[in-house]
Amino acid sequence: MRRSGMERTNLLLTTSEERLAMASVSIAPVQRQKKIQPLIVRITHWINAVAMFIMIGSGWRIFNDSPLFPFIFHPDITLGGDVQLSFEKWQDSGMGGALQWHFAGMWLLVLNGLVYFAYNFATGRFRMKLLPVTLTGLLGDIGDALRFKLAHDDLSVYNHVQKLLYIGVLTLGVLVVLSGLAIWKPVQLWWLTDLFYGFQGARWVHFFCMTGFVLFLIVHVALAVLVPRTIVSMITGNAPPAHAPKERE
Amino acid sequence: MRSVTPSPFRPAKSVDQTILKENRKLVESIERRAFLRGTLSLGALTMLTGCDVTNKDATQSVLRAMSAWNDRVQAFLFSPTRLAREYPASKVMRPPRFNAFYGREMVKDVDPAAWKLELAGMIGDKRPWALRDIHALPEVTQRTRHVCVEGWDYIGEWTGVPLKLFLERVGADMTAKYVGFKCIDGYSGSIDMASALHPQTQLTTKYGGDVLHKDFGFPIRLRVATKLGFKSPKQIVAMEVTNSYPGGYWENRRYNWFSGI
Repeated sequence: MRRSGMERTNLLLTTSEERLAMASVSIAPVQRQKKIQPLIVRITHWINAVAMFIMIGSGWRIFNDSPLFPFIFHPDITLGGDVQLSFEKWQDSGMGGALQWHFAGMWLLVLNGLVYFAYNFATGRFRMKLLPVTLTGLLGDIGDALRFKLAHDDLSVYNHVQKLLYIGVLTLGVLVVLSGLAIWKPVQLWWLTDLFYGFQGARWVHFFCMTGFVLFLIVHVALAVLVPRTIVSMITGNAPPAHAPKERE
Repeated sequence: MRSVTPSPFRPAKSVDQTILKENRKLVESIERRAFLRGTLSLGALTMLTGCDVTNKDATQSVLRAMSAWNDRVQAFLFSPTRLAREYPASKVMRPPRFNAFYGREMVKDVDPAAWKLELAGMIGDKRPWALRDIHALPEVTQRTRHVCVEGWDYIGEWTGVPLKLFLERVGADMTAKYVGFKCIDGYSGSIDMASALHPQTQLTTKYGGDVLHKDFGFPIRLRVATKLGFKSPKQIVAMEVTNSYPGGYWENRRYNWFSGI
């Protein structure tokens, strides 16, 4: 933590050439060979991406059948099959297809999530990557971000805003599964449904978890596209250096 | 080479192919790139619109297998003794919420004198039942939560004969897998035997203390407190005990069969 704080101060103080040089120094050959994202994290990340796609898409279609709020999701951006074709084949708007997806996708989401959580807790990766989050750290990073001075040179270190967002989205992941179970089994798992203030309460939580995921995804995908090295690191495990060190080429 | 029949629309001499042959590698690589890009964007587009991925045979066989797996998991989660919570009379919704696969004006009238419950399958005494005979059976009342697959719910009060008692009375084979129902409007449904024998599963004749309205299942409907609403068919005309999967109206439209709650 102290190191990244020092780095930030240095970055503010140095000229752009010096900053370039510093960046190349900080990426030592040893560090470059180290995998930023372990294989399990990369695999579970992409499986989770597919599972989220299935769950959100089919969830929207299920929502449409009895909207909790006065709007519906356009069927074309939902998962459950083409409306017209579903009517021709099944005399159904596609709710049947959406239910199939949702109750199949939940296994992918939960089993994959369990592997991810088990790995991260067992190896201490969560504590290493996501803690500590401090208010001063948060304010400092937000300030840097607003002045476009937030450092991304070392992808293996998350800034405080990232940490908070990842902790938040992981919490939502737990909540969405629990509220989903509460909706699925309000009689067998009545105590869980009670925790969410009843069946409709669980529906609200389930919906707002989805909303949280969508908002997170917008930021997450946008930032990944802005710093494409992060996408590379999530596929190969390594990130190409932020600034190609000229003197070494 | 294909022999070409002379035609006034075709030039006599074919186009010179030398340039194409010289640059075949380049052209192919461009095509391959375009093909890859095209496939990727097409794939992304299909996923985005969700269009017909769902209705593909291969997808359906996977999704159906998953649904069957979920039936087994839910049968395992189901407890034959755990009761759905009961609520005070003040919470009961009157009248309840109407729901069918057609509009309210389409609900069929039933002549109670002519109505009969037909019995079929693994049942000892298959004589059909008249309504007054069903009314003569012991009744229980439950005030439980009705949960619809769509997401809405309400608390209702249903009175009727426990299905278990009725199955015993007609000499049904309780080791059979399924109890199936057929309705006057063409609706149908089926439940597992364990759920059929649950204390809160009943052949309902009254709602909120009054004789069932036709909109809500007159003369008899099934009420399963441990399953989603669509698993409780209304205006029943026939019942079957069987080992071969009877399916059901929404189940045939790919809703999960067990649908326990």
